[in-house]
Amino acid sequence: MPEFTDILNAVILMCNFMIVPALSYGSQLALGALAVTLVYSVLRFANFAQGDTMAFATGVTILTTWMLQNSGISFGFMPTAILAMPIAVIACMAYILLIDKFVYEYYRSQNSKPITIVMASVGVMFITGGIVRFVLGPSHQIFSDGARFIITAREFKEMTGLSEGLAIKTSQFLTVTIAIMLVGFVFYFLQKTKTGKAMRAYSDNEDLALLSGIDPTKVVRVTWILVAVLTTIAGVLYGLDKGFMAISYHQLLLPTFAAVIVGGIGSPIGAIVGGFVISFSELTMTYAYKKFLIYLLPEALEPSGLVQFLSTEYKFAISFVILVIVLLLRPTGIFKGKVI
Amino acid sequence: MNQYKARLFISFSMMILLLLLVGFFQSWALCLTIVNLCLISAIMALGVNIQWGYAGLFNVGIMGFAALGGMSVVLISKNSVPQALQAGGLKMLLALFFLAATVAAAVYLHKKFQRKSLVILTILIGYFITRYFYSDATQSIEAVNPALTGYLGGLGLPVLFSWIAGGCMAAAAAWLIGKISLGLRTDYLAIATLGISEIILAVIKNEDWLVRGVKNVTSIPRPVPYEIDLQQAAWFQDMIAKFYSKSLDILPVADQATALKDYISGASILLVKISYTGLFASVLLLLIVLASLALNSPWGRMIRAIRDNEIAASAMGKDITKRHLQIFVIGSAIVGVAGAMLVTYDGQFTPGSYIPLRFTFLIWVMVIVGGSGNNLGSVIGGFVIWFLWIMAEPVGFWLTDLSTSFLNSENFFRQHLLEHAQYIRLIFMGLVLLLVMRFSPDGILPETNKKL
Repeated sequence: MPEFTDILNAVILMCNFMIVPALSYGSQLALGALAVTLVYSVLRFANFAQGDTMAFATGVTILTTWMLQNSGISFGFMPTAILAMPIAVIACMAYILLIDKFVYEYYRSQNSKPITIVMASVGVMFITGGIVRFVLGPSHQIFSDGARFIITAREFKEMTGLSEGLAIKTSQFLTVTIAIMLVGFVFYFLQKTKTGKAMRAYSDNEDLALLSGIDPTKVVRVTWILVAVLTTIAGVLYGLDKGFMAISYHQLLLPTFAAVIVGGIGSPIGAIVGGFVISFSELTMTYAYKKFLIYLLPEALEPSGLVQFLSTEYKFAISFVILVIVLLLRPTGIFKGKVI
Repeated sequence: MNQYKARLFISFSMMILLLLLVGFFQSWALCLTIVNLCLISAIMALGVNIQWGYAGLFNVGIMGFAALGGMSVVLISKNSVPQALQAGGLKMLLALFFLAATVAAAVYLHKKFQRKSLVILTILIGYFITRYFYSDATQSIEAVNPALTGYLGGLGLPVLFSWIAGGCMAAAAAWLIGKISLGLRTDYLAIATLGISEIILAVIKNEDWLVRGVKNVTSIPRPVPYEIDLQQAAWFQDMIAKFYSKSLDILPVADQATALKDYISGASILLVKISYTGLFASVLLLLIVLASLALNSPWGRMIRAIRDNEIAASAMGKDITKRHLQIFVIGSAIVGVAGAMLVTYDGQFTPGSYIPLRFTFLIWVMVIVGGSGNNLGSVIGGFVIWFLWIMAEPVGFWLTDLSTSFLNSENFFRQHLLEHAQYIRLIFMGLVLLLVMRFSPDGILPETNKKL
């Protein structure tokens, strides 16, 4: 029978390497998925440009951060990028609205098939990705500054006397708090404000909404603005947590879509739940349980290998497998989304 | 119709003219290289056109299917590695057997008992057994001379078989994906293909025992003779000597031997490239003929009817999901064949070179620009876009250079932009796609029999 401290150590170990990272990654995914789901329910297409737009917004943030740092402005223990974020939000809004004006508006007016608009969004994805790589390059950039940790592993060990430490990065703490506030705001907006209600009505039944005098251009514009806010914040938080690299933003597309479909396409609450489902499955499947089991099992049973279900290179495979399972068993997702 | 013929004539003759210009002003070897890659691109675009143009299926995972085709070249044409087979072949076979057994058992239990807990338990037990044999097998295989082999090798068959095998492998992957996501929302297929292509690439890059992963496989056998063999063959030397006899006679006798040698080496390179061109062109021709026959048959009309109005077609008793699956598998198989041809032509398999821009996006631009739904459209699209793609890099560099020329050459900003000028191609191709979709959705060669 393992001792009590061993169990505690095992729990802390799990929190440190699995639960805390999964919570912050899940929040980042949830924000991105919320943006995809909003576009999906109001504009009725799967936005393939989401990942690269996140990279674009993060790119603006990075440039602004560098400018702020050069002029000696910082934000105490918080990363300077938080100060730069409002500018990035505005830039991202302008960019998305411009894209909408020149690309998507035409297809809406033509009543094109959704798949044509999806294809246009793939075009936008490549242009956006091109701009980002052209300006910032394809390499890894770290732009977080300020205090790296809220609690370091060492401090935690001293505080509790346990042999395992629990470190919480500033970026992880920020991610979760900002995500909660933002999601709260979006839900308040959708449920309580007149514009939010108009958006929901438009998404439910376009013809009926038009008959009741809802202005479609306004609904579309507000949707894109919300999407810009979500996209920028999701992108910056992801970048603060894991560093910026154009390709990894592009590759966020698959887990984001998986999150949307798992939760139920077009359902905001589903997008958030889906984000956490994906992040927790990714981390539980790629975490090496060796040390965890050593704490819990008697010495005779101690594992020799890493006890890892899948190596980290296959993390896309996990989102994909979850996607396939959902499509096979319950195509509407957890919270019945739209499905033909 | 006459207008269509004029478009056909003008577009193809313009393309030929451009290629001839490259031949005359740069070199014929370069011209043939471009032609060969254009032919492969055209075949890939044809496969995608069958999916998109005939049936409106959006495949975002072209890269994955092309990589599968490329992988099959290694698996078919390279010689096997006996030590590796001895070390881990049996274990790998066992692991694969247990994997298959697990899947079969899970499917059987799911159908028979409908108990999810039972299925999950089976999968878990099967996973651990498979995993046990598998990790043992990979370790022993990868340990065999890792610098040179470290993989099982292939079957050692002639490389041309791999084109068929590549098509079959891509078709199998497409069948799996199609089975899952067709019949649901149209964008699910797009998302699922995006996922599968990432996974195929991840597997190819990380499973070293299979095709050596990122260590690459080089010197893949060729379907055509090697330059060096040609240069030493007597008939070839005689032929070149006869062909160039006039220009050789003018030269002083002392220089004739060296000049002849130059001619022979130049001609051998050209002959190899031309043989590839012949092979690729015949595959393309065969596929075009088959595709046109299919498109104009009752089957083709049904497919187009489904594309234009699914509800009406299903009311007429057509099984839409099945037809979509068929189309999706056929189109992906053609992409797989083209992927195998590309690796054969390169003579090496480098998983790192598979990037979505080059293999997914570029092919899409070809289909849209060429004219979706028109087989010849994909061919002209493949040629035009590949040509532009080759030319876009220097042009992008030149444009950046020009637009920043007012800055000092040591200027940080200018150097930074010049360093990243290659990414202008992304923006440029994206713009081409969006502009053509918007202002000329029919492409260069519009679909001829749009009206049923």
